Amino acid sequence: MTTLPNLLQHNYREVPDKTSIILQHAGQDDKPLTYRDLIRGANRYALTYSREGIQPGEVVILILQHGEDLVYSFWGAILHGAIPAIMPFLTEKLAPEKYRADLASLISITKPTTIVTYPEFEAEVRGALTEGDSVRHVILTNQIEAESEPNFETLQGFKSSPEDIVVLQHSSGTTGLQKGVALSHRAVLNQMDAYGKAIKLDPASDVIVSWLPLYHDMGFIACFLMPVLLRIPLVDMSPFDWVRAPYRLHQAVSQYKGTLTWLPNFAYNFCAHKIRERNIEGVDLSTWRAIINCSEPVHVESHDLFFEKFSAYGLKKSALQTCYAMAENVFAVTQSPLDGTPAVDEIDRETFMTQRLATPPKPDSPTLKMTSSGHPIPNTNIRIVDESFNDLPNRHVGEIAVQSDCMLTEYFNRPDATEAAIKYGWYLTGDYGYIADGELYVSGRKKDLIIVGGKNVYPQDLESLASEVNGVHAGRTVAFGIYDEEEGTEEVVIIAEAESTSPSEQEAIADAIRKHITKSSAIALRHVKVVDDKWIIKTSSGKTARSANKEKFLNFSFR
Amino acid sequence: MTTDIITPLATFIAEKILKQPGKAIAADEALISSGLIDSFSLMDLALFIEDTFGVRIEDTELNAETFDNLEQLAALISSRK
Repeated sequence: MTTLPNLLQHNYREVPDKTSIILQHAGQDDKPLTYRDLIRGANRYALTYSREGIQPGEVVILILQHGEDLVYSFWGAILHGAIPAIMPFLTEKLAPEKYRADLASLISITKPTTIVTYPEFEAEVRGALTEGDSVRHVILTNQIEAESEPNFETLQGFKSSPEDIVVLQHSSGTTGLQKGVALSHRAVLNQMDAYGKAIKLDPASDVIVSWLPLYHDMGFIACFLMPVLLRIPLVDMSPFDWVRAPYRLHQAVSQYKGTLTWLPNFAYNFCAHKIRERNIEGVDLSTWRAIINCSEPVHVESHDLFFEKFSAYGLKKSALQTCYAMAENVFAVTQSPLDGTPAVDEIDRETFMTQRLATPPKPDSPTLKMTSSGHPIPNTNIRIVDESFNDLPNRHVGEIAVQSDCMLTEYFNRPDATEAAIKYGWYLTGDYGYIADGELYVSGRKKDLIIVGGKNVYPQDLESLASEVNGVHAGRTVAFGIYDEEEGTEEVVIIAEAESTSPSEQEAIADAIRKHITKSSAIALRHVKVVDDKWIIKTSSGKTARSANKEKFLNFSFR
Repeated sequence: MTTDIITPLATFIAEKILKQPGKAIAADEALISSGLIDSFSLMDLALFIEDTFGVRIEDTELNAETFDNLEQLAALISSRK
């Protein structure tokens, strides 16, 4: 078994002039990077890490925006044998003090020795550091060694073994940043091998087009590591540019004959609702062979909207595909077969709700349409289990458990979390689902997690933020998500009990919560409801019962 | 003159973006840097401006450096009419 540095070197030796990544920035010319550019740029960073005395196996946090520095600093860490982790960049609406707190919480668990950032961001980063923490180096992008031919004899990354941890992936918020998913070379390479087969990846004809951020597994694995290592050209635009002009994705697919894209469910709705004809006049989408819906619950209606809008531009119906993935399995767990459209299973709603069984529709009864996430990829097994870890029969809803040769090594420096998540060698996903005809249908979540626009949000983080607002009863807040059909994603609801019963004061508190949460988490709240004392339902042990409160909120219908 | 621009903008933002019809937005209240308008809604605002005032705001201009409150946005729109 090889390692990431070996594979990168191999690509450099065999196809130095092949384009690996085309970086796009709105308002600038596209910037193609060949494997030679990639390895020489990465070598500059590897030499810098070496100059600073950074040891292989140390964690390097990259706080950089979409662009060349992010690409080079990442691969430089790989060549040096350090463990890179990409942290989201501060957005303009997030309060700097909250960003510093997030960074400090990541540092406290992950214990990086090094942070790489821009000179203009140095003060922000230093503000998060404390006396005695693990960070010894803040490397700025203007302090990088000059370009030179890499010396593969001295680069430390070539001493790595396949079992060594090669990267960390975090999800967002205080809770997510304290759980770094640690992946070995072996896990990453096994995932690529298996997933490449599942999607019939072909370096001769495939082109991946992506706007996804690299701090999330879908962007990081499918649209960064995989294309670079497997020699699939990648057209990569900034998520900031895409959200302001989603048609750039379609233009890039047309211009570069893109074949593969991964999107979270909301993006199908977003593109269908917001792209205007005049921005995509003349584009040809016929090369797009798979647009894979992943990272939030899949809704077949979103595929239909997308297809209706773009079929006139050559989009094939068979391009709309699904996948179930998680960082703990590196990325994909299942994939829909790419030669048709994903199966849709219409089931009886009541039996599903009351007996957790997916049964055929009854005449004149309401139904649910479930979209298949496809079959497990070749190296991955799944089971559906009950609470005692017994296998459940087909069409019974239970927790999805995963086992493969590409699982996480551990949650970095978190033996408690690792032990809680892995049972008898199986990773318990916290997602509910059932199997029918060998395909997986994901139906819900055991864990209280909200997924907004593909981003995982832990409700406990939002609840503690809401509790900080003046006039809110501390600890008397609840956060949950409700699905919005128009947007194709979950919207966040916050309910908070106030000391005051005056409607105008409650309105003011709601405004303050909205502002505080937006500044502190970069999550836009749709519904904030301030209520009187004793509205919120608690369990007998005093914990907030999120699903019971969600039901109460929906029944009150004060939306 | 600018009220002719500010009023429909404020109504649109309160009703369609914030989904809080009747919410008053001050002409100098920060819109983007405060997170009041999240990035997913910036494009809606640009499309509304185009349809209502016949003025194009490029996607590269949809940030707090170009405009961050209703006054600045109204001035930008007037200058392009």
